[in-house]
Amino acid sequence: MAINKRIPVQEQKPEIRRTNFNEVCLGYTPEEAVAEASRCLNCRKPLCIEQCPVQIHIPEFIQHVKNKEFALAAETIAQSSLLPAICGRVCPQETQCEGQCVLGKKGDAVAIGKLERFVGDWSRENTTSTEKKTGCNGHKVAVIGSGPAGLTCAADLARMGYSVTVYEALHKAGGVLVYGIPEFRLPKDTVVAHEIENIRKMGVNIITDAVIGKAESVEELMKSEGFDAVFIGSGAGLPKFMNIPGENLNGVLSANEFLTRINLMKAYTDDHDTPVKTGKKVVVVGGGNVAMDSARGALRLGADVTIVYRRSEAELPARREEVEHAKEEGIRFQLLTNPVEIIGDEKGWVKALKCIKMELGEPDASGRRSPVEIPGSEFLIEENTVIMALGTSPNPLIPNTTPGLEINKHGCISTNGDDGATSHEGVFAAGDAVTGAATVILAMGAARKSALAIDRYIRTKFNTQNHEK
Amino acid sequence: MFNILEKKKLGPDVFLMKVLAPRVAKHGKPGQFVIVIPDKKGERVPLTICDINQEEKSVTIIFQVVGLSSRKMSRFEEGEAFADFVGPLGQPSELIHESAEWLSSKNVLFIAGGLGAAPVFPQVKWLSQHGKKPDLILGAKTKEQLILLQELTGFSHEVFITTNDGSAGIQGFVTGPLKQLLEERPGYYDRCIAVGPLIMMKSVADMTRPYGLKTIVSLNPLMIDGTGMCGACRVTVGNRTRFTCVDGPEFDGHLVHFEEAMRRQGMYHQEETEQDHLCNIDLAINKSHTK
Repeated sequence: MAINKRIPVQEQKPEIRRTNFNEVCLGYTPEEAVAEASRCLNCRKPLCIEQCPVQIHIPEFIQHVKNKEFALAAETIAQSSLLPAICGRVCPQETQCEGQCVLGKKGDAVAIGKLERFVGDWSRENTTSTEKKTGCNGHKVAVIGSGPAGLTCAADLARMGYSVTVYEALHKAGGVLVYGIPEFRLPKDTVVAHEIENIRKMGVNIITDAVIGKAESVEELMKSEGFDAVFIGSGAGLPKFMNIPGENLNGVLSANEFLTRINLMKAYTDDHDTPVKTGKKVVVVGGGNVAMDSARGALRLGADVTIVYRRSEAELPARREEVEHAKEEGIRFQLLTNPVEIIGDEKGWVKALKCIKMELGEPDASGRRSPVEIPGSEFLIEENTVIMALGTSPNPLIPNTTPGLEINKHGCISTNGDDGATSHEGVFAAGDAVTGAATVILAMGAARKSALAIDRYIRTKFNTQNHEK
Repeated sequence: MFNILEKKKLGPDVFLMKVLAPRVAKHGKPGQFVIVIPDKKGERVPLTICDINQEEKSVTIIFQVVGLSSRKMSRFEEGEAFADFVGPLGQPSELIHESAEWLSSKNVLFIAGGLGAAPVFPQVKWLSQHGKKPDLILGAKTKEQLILLQELTGFSHEVFITTNDGSAGIQGFVTGPLKQLLEERPGYYDRCIAVGPLIMMKSVADMTRPYGLKTIVSLNPLMIDGTGMCGACRVTVGNRTRFTCVDGPEFDGHLVHFEEAMRRQGMYHQEETEQDHLCNIDLAINKSHTK
């Protein structure tokens, strides 16, 4: 195999996978992983590490894979990341580690994500967890939300000896890993359940069905329940709509609703009670991972699916692999197009989507060229269902019920610097609740910094108090 | 798991269950709701809190068998447990924010239709304990379907009963006595709180509007998470889209777009009835096995 080509990874064939919810990518075999790892040049100044939000020692773990020292590879990754089997699957590697790989200049970058996933999976299947309860240091920390940020912060604090309780509003732990990302991209019962089980084994108490802000408030947790600090990792769960006419017609739903029905409630299986309705023709509005997930979910339920996105293919914010997979599966892309109105039938169900064509103008503040409407270019797409995948914003439930906790104009919790300290003493926050919708790895990286900051805060506070006594 | 401490059949296909749920019992207020998941594969079913017992740490819910999930729930017995019971969710009744003076001087008229008696009950009880006893119009299809009559009567001042078939009280709809009260006592009522089927709440709101009587309704739309995440429960109120789960469930009845709400309520109607049909077969099979 030439050095400029990466070892291909086995995948379910498009014509087969479009009819099931099983994972698309089957991952490397040990032989394939070793061969792919051998492509790594082990650069003296590895650019890949700089681009990793949690600075995994990438060349080091890859050298271990190359030498078939898979357990050592797992240990190397564990120094920086808790959830390699998850991040290997969902990170946007092409804009992070793999984007800077020297090999990528002349050919394919090393498949760092696939190797990370291989190590994570190997470790799950071949080692028994070494995680155990650490002796308790006598301090309690509450973590709100059991998504990537909450789980990471909880695990780090538990390792430091804190007694950690995680509060989850839904009936299953995992946050976006469980309700948002579909089974065909991230298997729930194996990969996600395993990571959560590991964190439970560390002694972290995960309480589901607990909506902080509606049941206990943050104040109550600190004053009556005896928590010395609170970490908020409540994510960005509020769906956005376009505010165009017809959005409340029957058959218009948020990607959050659609994905929650499928992923959390398992509406695609016969033995779960929650229904999901798509109709024959589905339009998904948006171009991110959530749009791809929704489109591919609807396809698997038997619908004919079109993605409508206002910019061009180059600007699609989704992971490259998801876009490729969506195309292979037969999803239609209607690019440079924006909906202006949803048209209903006489019974109030969606009948068609009125769109307008767009062209790219000058770059906006984010550096992306902003789309501009082409006057008079309106046209109709006939359909039964519209799924709005326009992004999400943080849920205001906790800021609204926590006096002294400041938010910015986007509804995100304001933090000082990057250690997650908020305007409220003893309250820390990280992940999508702070940044707005972003990635699993960014939430994880920020949550680790918050865990360290919480440790510093508690040490300082209680040393001072002891001193005063 | 959430244990069922008590189960009572209140009427044809209507059940009361008292569930051990310390977190909800501690924090729940009148007007708020819970989400029940009967078993691991069940749906998330939103139900208004009917009563709370602090000592027992229990929460009472009342539901009618209308589809698969409510039928499933109805099969649970005392001593068994629901998989999940989440809450409190939604905003409490705005009554609890009123001043003591308001509560003890103002005349409130409650209107409950059918199962609406359940969400109305905690508010009637709360008001009678914190202010002036309210008047109540309680309506149902038949005498058997009048629920919580005794309990509500105990906390109310005047009670008017209607049944569609005339088997109890005045024959007709709740709007009968309402019309009469509005005409006979102009300006007497300061607040109307109506809970029941959408069509009933719409009729009540239409009737009180010309009188300028502020009318609060409680909605119970399709919903999944109940925390503002899915947006399935959106409703147009005064030309603004609101989420029932976090902004409601109570809204100004004069501003709610009822036609849209009724249309959205029917979105999964076919699935509900089809599953119900299958469920009947399932029931029949179960019965034949136990024989």
